[in-house]
Amino acid sequence: MKFDTPATNNPIDQLKVVGQPLDRVEGPLKTTGQAPYAYEWQDVPGRMAYGYILGATIAKGRIAAIDTAAARRAPGVLAVVTHENAGPLGRGQFYVQRFLAAPEVDHYHQPIALIVAETFEGARDAAGLVRARYVEGRGAFDLAAQRDTAPVAQRAPFGGPPETAVGDFEGAFAAAPVTLDETYTTPDQAHAMMEPHATIAAWEGDRLTCRTSIQQMNWGLRDLSLALGIPKDRIRLISPYIGGGFGGKGTVQSDLVLAALGARAAGRPVKVAMQRPLMFNNTIHRPATIQRIRIGATRDGRITAIGHESWSGNLPGGRTEPTTLSTRFLYAGANRMTRVRLAVLDLAEGNAMRAPGEAPGLMALEIAMDEMAERLGLDPVAFRILNDTQVDPEKPERPFSTRPFVECLRVGAERFGWSRRSPRPGAVRDGAWLVGMGMAGAIRGAPISKAGARARLDARGIVTIETDMTDIGTGSYTIVAQTAAEMMGVPLERVVAKLGDSSFPETPGSGGQQGAPSVTAGVYAACTKLREAVAHRLGFNSADVTFADGEVRSGNRAVPLGQAAGAGDITVEDSMEYGDLSQRFAQQTFGAHFAEVGVDAYTGEVRVRRMLAVCAAGRILNPKTARSQVIGGMVMGIGAALTEEMTVDKRRGFFVNHDLAGYEVPVHADVPHLDAVFIDEVDPTMSPLKAKGVGELGLTGVAPAIANAIYNAIGVRVRDYPLTLDKYLEHLPALA
Amino acid sequence: MRPFTYERARSPAEAAAAAIRNPGARFIAGGTNLLDLMKLQIEVPPHLIDVNGLGLDRIEGTQEGGLRIGALVRNTSLAADERVRRHYGVLSRALLAGATAQLRNKATTAGNLLQRTRCPYFYDTAQPCNKRQPGSGCAAIGGVTRLLAVIGSSEACIATHPSDMAVAMRVLDAVVETVKADGTTRRIPIAEFHRLPGDTPHVETALERGEFITAVTLPPPIGGRHFYRKVRDRASYAFALVSVAAVMQRDGTGRVALGGVAHKPWRVEAAEAELPRGARPVTAAILDSAKPTHDNAFKVKLAERTLAAVLAEARG
Repeated sequence: MKFDTPATNNPIDQLKVVGQPLDRVEGPLKTTGQAPYAYEWQDVPGRMAYGYILGATIAKGRIAAIDTAAARRAPGVLAVVTHENAGPLGRGQFYVQRFLAAPEVDHYHQPIALIVAETFEGARDAAGLVRARYVEGRGAFDLAAQRDTAPVAQRAPFGGPPETAVGDFEGAFAAAPVTLDETYTTPDQAHAMMEPHATIAAWEGDRLTCRTSIQQMNWGLRDLSLALGIPKDRIRLISPYIGGGFGGKGTVQSDLVLAALGARAAGRPVKVAMQRPLMFNNTIHRPATIQRIRIGATRDGRITAIGHESWSGNLPGGRTEPTTLSTRFLYAGANRMTRVRLAVLDLAEGNAMRAPGEAPGLMALEIAMDEMAERLGLDPVAFRILNDTQVDPEKPERPFSTRPFVECLRVGAERFGWSRRSPRPGAVRDGAWLVGMGMAGAIRGAPISKAGARARLDARGIVTIETDMTDIGTGSYTIVAQTAAEMMGVPLERVVAKLGDSSFPETPGSGGQQGAPSVTAGVYAACTKLREAVAHRLGFNSADVTFADGEVRSGNRAVPLGQAAGAGDITVEDSMEYGDLSQRFAQQTFGAHFAEVGVDAYTGEVRVRRMLAVCAAGRILNPKTARSQVIGGMVMGIGAALTEEMTVDKRRGFFVNHDLAGYEVPVHADVPHLDAVFIDEVDPTMSPLKAKGVGELGLTGVAPAIANAIYNAIGVRVRDYPLTLDKYLEHLPALA
Repeated sequence: MRPFTYERARSPAEAAAAAIRNPGARFIAGGTNLLDLMKLQIEVPPHLIDVNGLGLDRIEGTQEGGLRIGALVRNTSLAADERVRRHYGVLSRALLAGATAQLRNKATTAGNLLQRTRCPYFYDTAQPCNKRQPGSGCAAIGGVTRLLAVIGSSEACIATHPSDMAVAMRVLDAVVETVKADGTTRRIPIAEFHRLPGDTPHVETALERGEFITAVTLPPPIGGRHFYRKVRDRASYAFALVSVAAVMQRDGTGRVALGGVAHKPWRVEAAEAELPRGARPVTAAILDSAKPTHDNAFKVKLAERTLAAVLAEARG
């Protein structure tokens, strides 16, 4: 099916099931422990063996010698995989990291061995017996040290162009009567999802089946095929339940490759869960950035020049952190520039983490906007409204498909009681607390890609949908089932959604917040075909058939849906493909975040008191699961604002706090009441569902709203995340 | 985790004797710290002596009017004990500021005193650490030190002691009671129990080999208002950047000890004479020999401001 003109009325618009705040269909399986996660499958044929990953203990260099003899002799050890026996290994297409040091070591905790044993404990114990001798090389670990020398990044498939220029930025900035030129930094961040990377790999001859935990099955298939040098059609990946990903499980990580190698070496199925202390230096992360922002405006607050330059680092050949993305679209201004530079760093790979580019980019831009509003003597909400644009600022002939950004700001300000904010920082006291309010705007791209689905109707009237879409805790199962229920005119209970199997029709999976719009459009296409097949089977003229209440109706005939499959299941498959609407329209999601914080006047401790997100993301397919995604993003934003940082030891070249004790994500006590509301809108340029994703929008803009609230509370501007108390303690009011 | 042998001790002296018989053996009670360290092969004891069956789980009044806390009293029970809450509030508050309810249900009084540093370099067995591997060097010095000690550290080690409970014990002048393999007992004042790192940071306490803690005693109540103020980066489930344990009397005199700044709970009794004059002179006197790093210099200011918060609350 092809979607190349904006949607008109269709069966989804009935909104009997779609758009309803329904419980997750797989919720009971999860809350009763019956949803098997990657490491938990019991139905794997053969006797399970256990793998334990041994990570390199240097950051850069090579393995001069690796002695595995003692480990091999240890009780219960079945195999030890190293570069000496692994055979040639390729790299994936999306990540640049190598899955095994072979023998060059590219970063700390890069795998040097997988020990396979009868028990997990046996493998872990034997790992301690492997002796590696290294020749250390000189590495680069300090992004700031390369600020002056890092080259402009190469153009790459994701993240937009590394440089953009419109008008005369330098001239306009120099001429602007009110200007800002400040530098902001964001740290290396970890996904820190609850379920670690985990795989059970089993070979049958030359066919490999892996129960694993990855977000994008198609990329996983491609990248595992490249890594192992075997054709895709000999691999099956099964990933129906995923304990969080946040981009960290986009595609193949070393657990998957090593489990496959370990299973081949041991001749048995092997399960590997990456040990938590390895995850931080072994897998991908969101890389640190340095961002310089320049804004010039007229005295009445109209932006005339906006420039955003950014630095990040990566392994050779790695990607940039495209922080300048949102600056290209969020505010008006005739003269604009962005530039992204990329240093080579010998730390673990930097790559996608929830809202890559936009999340750290807005962490900088939206503090800058707060600062600029203050310099102009404008309210931060009013300043943003003043600089709204309804067209792509780089291509004024290209409108936004929908852009209720101003509505987000106005609704948010009203609901949050923004008018009660004191424009003078440090002015509000509540006992020992200095109290402040802050806000930030949010924008996040709304991509959509070709996605397929298979739909089957049986004689009981049950509709089964199969697609390789994943559910990483977001609610995919539920919106897939809702879409099919709406299309086929059945209640949700009559739909079975099967996800996360690479043998099912292909989707882009969970990533870039494109999963929800893409997969539901694929299900729409498949169900459209199923409706036609049903009508045909029943001898109806498909043009005037309706599907409602479990029946197929035409004229004065009404037949139970299952009757169409009385002579055998009807199975159809289709996908949704797209025309040029995404070129003709700028498709984005928008939001406004508001935060109130208390800062202890003595100790500088911050407590977020309340937060509000107002989001616009087209039709909200399920307000309950969408809200959960947004408040989850808000929690993540609290961490980004206040605590989360992988601290680099710049001498030894590794992230020091590589466990969940040292890498502090928010705990319950950090999270106050969170309010998330959606603007009522549809976007017909997206798909027949008229929907966009919300998963990444919920994070973008949260951290700067908190940072701005801290400034409003204490009157000290901190431009380096996370805003830990040591960065402003000296500047708090003197004690009585 | 390395394979190990295991036995259950039947009496405190027997536990001590078993430890003498088995070099490198560890006592295990709640295991909330030891098991983690064993899984990471930071601790590799060849033998574990399980002391959970020894009783030692009661809190009793002493003849002097104080309390004797059995070594195996769980943190949850100790924090909730009515006598502790009534007369030693600083101890109850310190306990509740630490860990989580689940951990406190398992963790014991003696085990809390004996928990090991949370220095990230101690936790990474690929890094040199004089505490983990004597003589290997200290990777933390010159590295990431924001959470590490500002005072009492040495060229060999800048780790901190992570306990909250011990800071309260220090301000209360608790005494650690022990038994040795030969059955002799001794009483170690808490001030002398934890050691500074010096050039032997792996020797963390005054305990001799095999010496087994049976109880911690508290002197008779000293009245006053009790405070434990713990400052950390997130609101719960984190170790202290700085903590202040204080007992303040109506006349402005009192006692104060700091956590999160040194290899042991940090108390300078002489500095307490300054308490009526406010937080600044007291902190200056307590931390006068501080040698913070660039990354953790804020702890000196934070200690002063946290004590000021406590004194303001005491006045209010």
